[in-house]
Amino acid sequence: MTTVETKATPPLFRMEGVSKRYGGVRALENAELDVEAGHIHAILGENGAGKSTLIKIMAGVVAPDEGRMLLDGRDVVFRSPAAASAAGIACVFQELSLVPDLSVADNIAISNPPCRFGMIDRRAQRALAEEALARAGAEDIHPRAAVKDLPLSRRQMVEIAKALASSPRILILDEATSALTAGDVAKVFAVLKRLRSEGLALLYISHRMHEIAELADTCTVFRNGRNVASFRAGTRTNGEVVEMMIGREYSNVFPPKPQRAPSSKPPVLECRNLGWGDRLRDISLSVGEGEVVGLGGLDGQGQRNLLLALFGVLRGTTGSVLIDGGPVAIGSPAAARSSRSAMALIPEDRKTEGLMLPMTVRENLSFAALDRVSRSGIIDRTAEEQLIDEMVRLLAIKTAGLDVPVGALSGGNQQKVVIAKWLMRKPRIVLLNDPTRGIDVGTKQEMYQLLRRLADAGAAILFYSTDYDELIGCCDRVLVLYDGRIVRELEGRGITEHALIASALNVDSGQEGATA
Amino acid sequence: MSEWRYWLNEQRGTLMGLAIFLLMFTVYIANHPAGLTANVAQTAANKGALFAFVAMAQTLVVITSGIDLSVGMIFVLTNCLASWLVVGEPLPTALGVVAVLVAGMVCGAVNGLLVIYGRLQPIVATIATGAIYFGLALLLRPFPGGSVNEDLADALTGRLFGVIPSSLVLLTAAVLLVWLPFRRSKIGRAAFAAGSSEQAAFMSGMPIRRGKFAAYTLAGLLAAMGGLFLTFFTYTGEAAYASGSGYTLWSIAAVVLGGVSLYGGRGSAIGAIFGAFAARTTGDMLFVFDVDPLWQPLLQGVVLMIAVSIGSLALLRVRNRLDWFL
Repeated sequence: MTTVETKATPPLFRMEGVSKRYGGVRALENAELDVEAGHIHAILGENGAGKSTLIKIMAGVVAPDEGRMLLDGRDVVFRSPAAASAAGIACVFQELSLVPDLSVADNIAISNPPCRFGMIDRRAQRALAEEALARAGAEDIHPRAAVKDLPLSRRQMVEIAKALASSPRILILDEATSALTAGDVAKVFAVLKRLRSEGLALLYISHRMHEIAELADTCTVFRNGRNVASFRAGTRTNGEVVEMMIGREYSNVFPPKPQRAPSSKPPVLECRNLGWGDRLRDISLSVGEGEVVGLGGLDGQGQRNLLLALFGVLRGTTGSVLIDGGPVAIGSPAAARSSRSAMALIPEDRKTEGLMLPMTVRENLSFAALDRVSRSGIIDRTAEEQLIDEMVRLLAIKTAGLDVPVGALSGGNQQKVVIAKWLMRKPRIVLLNDPTRGIDVGTKQEMYQLLRRLADAGAAILFYSTDYDELIGCCDRVLVLYDGRIVRELEGRGITEHALIASALNVDSGQEGATA
Repeated sequence: MSEWRYWLNEQRGTLMGLAIFLLMFTVYIANHPAGLTANVAQTAANKGALFAFVAMAQTLVVITSGIDLSVGMIFVLTNCLASWLVVGEPLPTALGVVAVLVAGMVCGAVNGLLVIYGRLQPIVATIATGAIYFGLALLLRPFPGGSVNEDLADALTGRLFGVIPSSLVLLTAAVLLVWLPFRRSKIGRAAFAAGSSEQAAFMSGMPIRRGKFAAYTLAGLLAAMGGLFLTFFTYTGEAAYASGSGYTLWSIAAVVLGGVSLYGGRGSAIGAIFGAFAARTTGDMLFVFDVDPLWQPLLQGVVLMIAVSIGSLALLRVRNRLDWFL
């Protein structure tokens, strides 16, 4: 990568009047985009604003209905992802494009493996993978590990390494940091800045404003399938940018937290000395009626397992769980959602744990609540209909109809369906596992309000998030986990970004944590 | 995790298949009146090889997360074809062998085209083509008969240097010439990727269609190798419906025993060979224990069920129940 383009007049890549329609829905309308070499170009917009379609068209995944694309000033048409890749466009997709059963090295070299005598040269492939992982700053990942055995954050690093391995000229990152830990994000940023100085063009799609502020040279905002504005980074305030994105006044993101009076009632959910092998240790916590308790800390410190343990998914847990002060044994998700505990878990990986993508919105919504709308085993269609309508309205789910496959909805709306599905059971205990990952500002805002409304209606909420702003804005209390233990409890005004980060790294409370 | 642990993880299915086979074969040999003689080994290898070719064929298709219910019928069809063509002087015999193998590949390719371009479900497409292939076999051999070049047949079903069963050499050749090149080529990797996650494979720009097409076509080739071997073994051709469907169903059992995932994307034809030998041994075991023939199908089913259960023992250790569904 020593040849840097001489500054020619045409941009490296240009899109002119590109439109794409899915059925009656205009996903992209007359989009214009100039991508310069040696620039990081941020693309902003709500879910459904057309960003994903834009990227898919650039990456050769879908073909545009109208318009043209120029690379180096020459017209190009990508008939397949392979064609786009051959032209030097690599894409890190938000929904990972890794093949789960193949190894990390196989995946990194997937589009163009080194071959000898027509067969894949595994030694060369291994070297290539190691180099790519090192470039991405992910040397901790073993090239022989199967991708399906890796946690989400590692998979995302593999995805980035894979894109780098093809030595692209244009690198598109679609929410590429959404599952990463803070340490990884720093490494990835360093990599991206180096690539920029090497003359690559980078398209960066993210919902995290501070990431864009740190990285981007140019920003383009999309709304309703059109590009509404392009400007140099740093020339608009966050408030102005958000206004452009949602097209309305940017009001307070987080709903106000109510003053909580001390209650004599036993907590709705309590666990004592909960343990699971060496991955969860001695966890004691309680969540009262109407309370939103956050789980913080670095990714992968046991938060997810804690939620799964409470929800009856894990086997061989120790310690006790109490509901309304009485001990319960929750041995399965079915038991967890039964009327006694009325628990709901909003999972992190909506594609595999939360939704059945090929089935319709209606079917997905009613699954968890079938017993509420059926009488002696027969589904009461009218009752089902009413309940579903109520949920679609409550959560403002944008869908062409109830009989559309969930897979056709945008990411934010899919997540709303997951949440609606569980709300239909009127749960008293709501466990959320990073529910806003990769979701736009508008939808996030709706979710925060929903959380608070649920709490006000008496639900007990346990909320894991990798976004510190959310923990600060939404939670009455935050428990910070480190290495499977609760190392710190923050409350009220004590929930600050500084306190969260310090305790997540376990820097100021190591002693306490060890003796707890 | 050190290097060998990764290797173990990759080979777990194959090793499990090997272990199950060794276990059953040891029980079988220990109770065999003659013990492990060259003769006993040769017979076991020949019978096992028939299964193994068909199981290898099934593996290729299962890896793409498809299923081929016509493998047994390709096996029968090529058997009937061979009983016409693989005769006479060395040259016509050789041409006959090539023709039979090509016929098998054509059958496999038709399956592939229907599934890939016809967008038919593999299970339905291959039920239909299987019936057609059997129909052709019946037209070729309305009654059992025909012949085969007996010199070649005896050489290939006999022993090499007096000890090594030739059939094992043939299987090894099939592994080296068909399976390994497939597994290590770009096309083969596309087949694996398509079976594991077709969407991810597409996004990564892999040649999914060519990968699947290669898998189905090579499956036809391997089934034809099995059909040829059957002809060498029996000296005749016979359009036996029960035999065709039996081989099809047992090939699926063998594939599972050999650690190939029915969800696609994972597994090895070498594992399937072990699986096939293990499946074969379930039948022979009942013979050494002198079981009443009336009881044989029932007991064979029970033994098979136990063998498959051993393979899934790993699931009992799972502590996060979500892992069950991976």
